[in-house]
Amino acid sequence: MRRFIWLVPTLYIIILMLPIYWLVNMSFKTTSEIINTFSLYPMKFTLENYQKIFTDPTWYMGYVNSIFYVTLNTVISVTVALPAAYAFSRYRFLGDKHLFFWLLTNRMAPAAVFALPFFQLYSAIGLFDTHLAVALAHTLFNIPLAVWILEGFISGVPKQLDETAYVDGYSFWAFFIKIFIPTIAAGIGVAMFFCFMFSWVELLLAKTLTAVAAKPIAATMTRTASSAGYELGLLAAAGTLTIIPGAVVIYFVRNYIAKGFALGRV
Amino acid sequence: MLELKSVEKTVGIETHIHPTDLTLEPGSFNILLGTTLAGKTTLMQLMAGLERPTSGEVWFNGKNVTGVAVQKRNVSIVYQQFINYPNMTVYENIASPLRVARMSGQEIEKRVGGLAEMLRISSMLDRRPSELSGGQQQRCAIARALAKESEMILLDEPLANLDFKLREELRDELPRIFQERDCVVVYATTEPTEALLFGGKTAAMHHGRVIDFGPTGQAYRQPVNLLAAKVFSEPPINTASITKKGARFVLNDKVHWPVPDRLKSLRDGAYTMGIRPHHVSPLKVGETPVAVEGIVHIAELSGSESMIHFDAYGDSWVSLSHGVHPFDAGAKATLYADVSRCLYFDEDERLVAVSEQREAV
Repeated sequence: MRRFIWLVPTLYIIILMLPIYWLVNMSFKTTSEIINTFSLYPMKFTLENYQKIFTDPTWYMGYVNSIFYVTLNTVISVTVALPAAYAFSRYRFLGDKHLFFWLLTNRMAPAAVFALPFFQLYSAIGLFDTHLAVALAHTLFNIPLAVWILEGFISGVPKQLDETAYVDGYSFWAFFIKIFIPTIAAGIGVAMFFCFMFSWVELLLAKTLTAVAAKPIAATMTRTASSAGYELGLLAAAGTLTIIPGAVVIYFVRNYIAKGFALGRV
Repeated sequence: MLELKSVEKTVGIETHIHPTDLTLEPGSFNILLGTTLAGKTTLMQLMAGLERPTSGEVWFNGKNVTGVAVQKRNVSIVYQQFINYPNMTVYENIASPLRVARMSGQEIEKRVGGLAEMLRISSMLDRRPSELSGGQQQRCAIARALAKESEMILLDEPLANLDFKLREELRDELPRIFQERDCVVVYATTEPTEALLFGGKTAAMHHGRVIDFGPTGQAYRQPVNLLAAKVFSEPPINTASITKKGARFVLNDKVHWPVPDRLKSLRDGAYTMGIRPHHVSPLKVGETPVAVEGIVHIAELSGSESMIHFDAYGDSWVSLSHGVHPFDAGAKATLYADVSRCLYFDEDERLVAVSEQREAV
């Protein structure tokens, strides 16, 4: 029995990695090889797909746009959520628990519900096809999420820390910036990661609220056929590149995320 | 000098602190003694200005400071949880109140160095609080509280989270640390022994009221009422209803002893006696041992001490004595109460008089 102890994890990892392997595999093949033959690895290894993405602005601007609105969204979400989470954690006020729960319910409606009102509203006030439009639309679900995560971390910091700082002479803002934010840096990191991730993978709102100037990579990528016909190799390369930012961010915050799970908030 | 003038704190419909008057002298060591939820922490927060009283006034050195923000008052606080700024080194932690007060770098260095020396954390100055042991973390917190030479230092059960040895160590050092300071020290604790070790003055607290306040020795020997005696006794003080009949006190018709000379003038009637567990012993010791028959619930033997829980004519009593005295649960036992150490309370549970002249802790 002990001799086969490696079997289950190996199978698990193989099954888990299979779609990703297939994506990477395809990205190094030509489209005709993908369509016409079945091969476990590229018969005719090519970097053409990647070359196309890095040289054609309609492709690489998709990444620039995505990264821009995702970053904007992360900054807005965490900046707004931090004081809100502090208030929910430290003060008791009328309806605080209901309000806290109501925040979460914002996550329960499908994005499609909000697509039409956002589209019409942003068109009317001239925000359509801007990075800010997508960043603001994504705060709909990212601010509640960030508040929820940060509240957990803040409640893990004893209230006596705040009081000690006041006693030492710190004003509220001096305390908040010089002591409190460094103290919950891990929580801020986790909240930023999740905001980044959800904004990065969200497609529907991002696609609906943009046309050309702020078009995200996911929109470019899901256009399966172009004037040149099917470009499966190119799409696979784009997909591979889309995974990378998320993977990099996860690597940096992996320890903090474990902490977030331990707090039961992630 | 800190004065609380009928200070009251209510939250919603709950009263956390009932109207309280309290005057703490400059340079004094004051102990707030009471169980958890007695209101010690709330009272301290009112003193510091972290909480605003619902009604009443707080005066400090002749000035009304009721609404003054805590930043503008010269107070320090040390909590039970070891509260330090986790993002700063020990040095920066101790220096932080001085930096906020914009003290010169040289002066800061001198002060922090001196305090670290006194609290024996000189070698830890470059470390973060999370790299220190619990005792060292609390030393760092105490050093920070002392740094700005505040006029009032509040210590909220500072030793409660430390293990036994570290607690003893720091407890021995504390009086020396505060000795030369001309500030009001307030020290909250749940342990009567700790209050007795520190001396000073003790305020016994119960359910949001200060029920007794006076020099610690006096508060221990002559608690104003039965409740104060209960607060100031660990294990809890033993009580029994007794009757005075002429020259004798009678407990349950069976046990009786002569009324001490100073209490002769009391009128006959019902009283309550209180006797601390260490004045009840399986051996015939003390000045006036009186035999009490009881049924043993349990005998806890811990090395050199025996704690015997027993039923004395319907009341649950505890005996705490030196030496090992094994008893079987349910067995009949004769224990001896040294009635010369008894406290007597009238029908309103107020202390009528004490029959003891001196007290060994």
